[in-house]
Amino acid sequence: MELLENQPGKKIFLLGNEAVVRGLIEAGVGFVATYPGTPSSEVGGTLEKAAKPAGIHFEYAPNEKVAMEEAAASSASGVRSFTAMKHVGLNVASDAFMTVGYTGVRAGLVVMTADDPSAHSSQNEQDNRYYARLAGVPMLEPATPQEGKEMIKYAFDLSERIGAMVLFRTTTRMNHVRGVITLGDIPAERKTKGHFDKDPARFVTIPSNARREHPLLLERLRKAEEIAEDCPFNYIIEGDGKIGIITSGVAYNYVMEMRNVLGIEPDVLKLGFTFPLPKKMLADFIKSHDTVMIAEELEPILEKEVKALAKDVNPSLRIVGKESGDLPLTYEYDPEVVGSVMARLYDVAIPHEHEELKEIELPVRPPTLCPGCPHRATYHALGKAMKALKIKPEDVVFSSDIGCYTLGIQEPFEMADFLLCMGSSVGAAGGFAQSSDQIPISFIGDSTFFHSGIPGLVNNLYNKHRFVYVILDNSITAMTGHQPNPGMGITGMHEVGQKIDIEALIRGLGVEFVKVVDPYDIQATMKLFKEALQYDGPAVIIARHPCALLEYRDKKRKGPVPVYTVNEDKCTNCHICVDTFACPAFVALPDVMSIDPAVCLGCGSCVPVCPFDAFEVLKEGEE
Amino acid sequence: MKGSMSIEMVGVGGQGILLASKILGRAALNKDINVIMSEVHGMAQRGGVVVTSVRLGDAYSPLISDGSADILFGFEPVETYRGIRRLKKGGTALMNLNPMVPIYVSLGKQKYPSIDEMVAEIKDHFPKTITLNATELAEEAGAAIAANVVMIGALSAVEGLPFTKEEMLEAVKQSVPPKVVDLNIKAFELGYAAVKR
Repeated sequence: MELLENQPGKKIFLLGNEAVVRGLIEAGVGFVATYPGTPSSEVGGTLEKAAKPAGIHFEYAPNEKVAMEEAAASSASGVRSFTAMKHVGLNVASDAFMTVGYTGVRAGLVVMTADDPSAHSSQNEQDNRYYARLAGVPMLEPATPQEGKEMIKYAFDLSERIGAMVLFRTTTRMNHVRGVITLGDIPAERKTKGHFDKDPARFVTIPSNARREHPLLLERLRKAEEIAEDCPFNYIIEGDGKIGIITSGVAYNYVMEMRNVLGIEPDVLKLGFTFPLPKKMLADFIKSHDTVMIAEELEPILEKEVKALAKDVNPSLRIVGKESGDLPLTYEYDPEVVGSVMARLYDVAIPHEHEELKEIELPVRPPTLCPGCPHRATYHALGKAMKALKIKPEDVVFSSDIGCYTLGIQEPFEMADFLLCMGSSVGAAGGFAQSSDQIPISFIGDSTFFHSGIPGLVNNLYNKHRFVYVILDNSITAMTGHQPNPGMGITGMHEVGQKIDIEALIRGLGVEFVKVVDPYDIQATMKLFKEALQYDGPAVIIARHPCALLEYRDKKRKGPVPVYTVNEDKCTNCHICVDTFACPAFVALPDVMSIDPAVCLGCGSCVPVCPFDAFEVLKEGEE
Repeated sequence: MKGSMSIEMVGVGGQGILLASKILGRAALNKDINVIMSEVHGMAQRGGVVVTSVRLGDAYSPLISDGSADILFGFEPVETYRGIRRLKKGGTALMNLNPMVPIYVSLGKQKYPSIDEMVAEIKDHFPKTITLNATELAEEAGAAIAANVVMIGALSAVEGLPFTKEEMLEAVKQSVPPKVVDLNIKAFELGYAAVKR
């Protein structure tokens, strides 16, 4: 792997998240734990291969809270530690995160949050810069992969210098931007084993200790603010002195792009160390300008701080930002959003060179379940079972969860009615069971089950809620890029761990109806759903079949994979296949159904769907 | 290179756009040209619309604004049409004519528009538009999945790209798995020849 090479000065091409991993290697980090979540997932994905040769211990934890707790303990033991999560993952980890703010750290501890403005792959676009303020921990925000790598090293030094955990706040356009990275030195020594020196007055947060530690937290922040004033990631790009722009994170890239495109030269204060803010530096910048534009995505956090500061140092300052109505509070920025405001301030026109083409109605293309996806077969079988029992969609609530199977929301299945967060399928089922007159049907994947699907099940058993719990077990964390999980018994470093048996675990809780089925066996799956829907109590179905993409890859390694076709003599063009199964490989021709051989994965799961047996293996040479 | 160049790549998840963009990035790195790319990962990748922006040279923003792309690299006709607003006046659209029909069309909920009509409208506004049947050419090379490398071959023949054909081919060889190098060289050559013809 190129990113493991100890060749300082060499330039390589890395994804933002890969650059973060290189930063961890260069920073001498010894312990990393994470739970995958877009846009943070490639940190773990890269460490799966890089950790062992780099000498780092790497783990996938079942959820972000466990990862956070492990990292805190590892740091307290004297090992530089890191955890990465998506923005909503920090909600899960927040219980531990908040109190690490109080205890402080020994060896460096850095927490990466990967925020997702525009919610490209998320249930919300919350701005986790508030978490730094909530927990009272310093925060760094990179604009580019290269800066991210350098900041990681700085973050560990800062963490140890003041004894505080550091929040490293990224966004999708840093995590998933690929750029040229200049490699730095890899330290010769890496500490992966320390010793936990007991200090219960500090690490046991009983009320009396917590009360004593709160002022210490504030003292660490005071020190951090002093350091922020001299931080190399906070700097000014001098311009014409007329208008100032204060910016942080990826918004900086759009400011600089449009500075070039528009041929204007505002002064730019680029902030990388954004909590606590360098107040003196900011005050000086504000004092020397009449108009300041604030370029930050999502919440007006810098803007409010600048406004508060201006009250004392430059009350007549004109602040152009979100609260002035110039910039939006929602969605990620782009050069145009930022540039249009800059153009207005300089009274120049934004060059528009695009052509207006006539409007042609284009079909939408939302993400769908992949060809061969076992979840499709599960949803299809449930639809058949409901039809056979004359249960209408209004008679049930499809309580979905976070993973590929959420795509069951799409036609023709439309089997997702309610979703909040990881694990909500089963927690919400209790509320629906009690307060609605419908049967809750919860869908959860194997990885999400381990993440947060167990406490809800305990609740529903304890409080005697009837529901159907469908565990769609494809034996991998698929959506985020196929990371191993406890159900596979393979660890993050691809070693053999203990395989956690979902069925045994659920039986151990006292559930009587627990059945495992292969959803490709549509008849058996349908029969089981019929039983579960008529069962008076919690019914658990584990629909187990490997992720089709991985199964295809494995089969292909062993030899040729069959491609299916439609026997045109048998096809009656009834459309039952597309209307109830809708594999993306199906293409409806005017008089007959067909299969796109470039899309078909040769799984054969569609074969039992056709009442006329029209799906057949396409023999070689026969087209 | 002087200034910057923007290439917007559009298509459908699973078509190999990520690899195609990485090949371009590799070519840039080999030549010490600055490159920034933004990619799509996660849920959106599952059969949905995929857009990758590639910026070469003097560039800060990983995203490309409307009317700013020098080249629109379209893996699929409908997605090319959807992404055409990114292309600047006088820019080049490189367009694979082989459609990926969304399942909603087969479900009868929506229509797949006439490819001829889309091509005519694009050519009318962008005379430098190049069309090819990349998927068919990839099959000729040995695997439909190599359509992305066919497209890269075609891109190598587009005027104004800061890389020679040989430099692009070298980047392909460095980016694909060793056992399929020959197939991909063939795919590349077929794409290149389709434009040069």
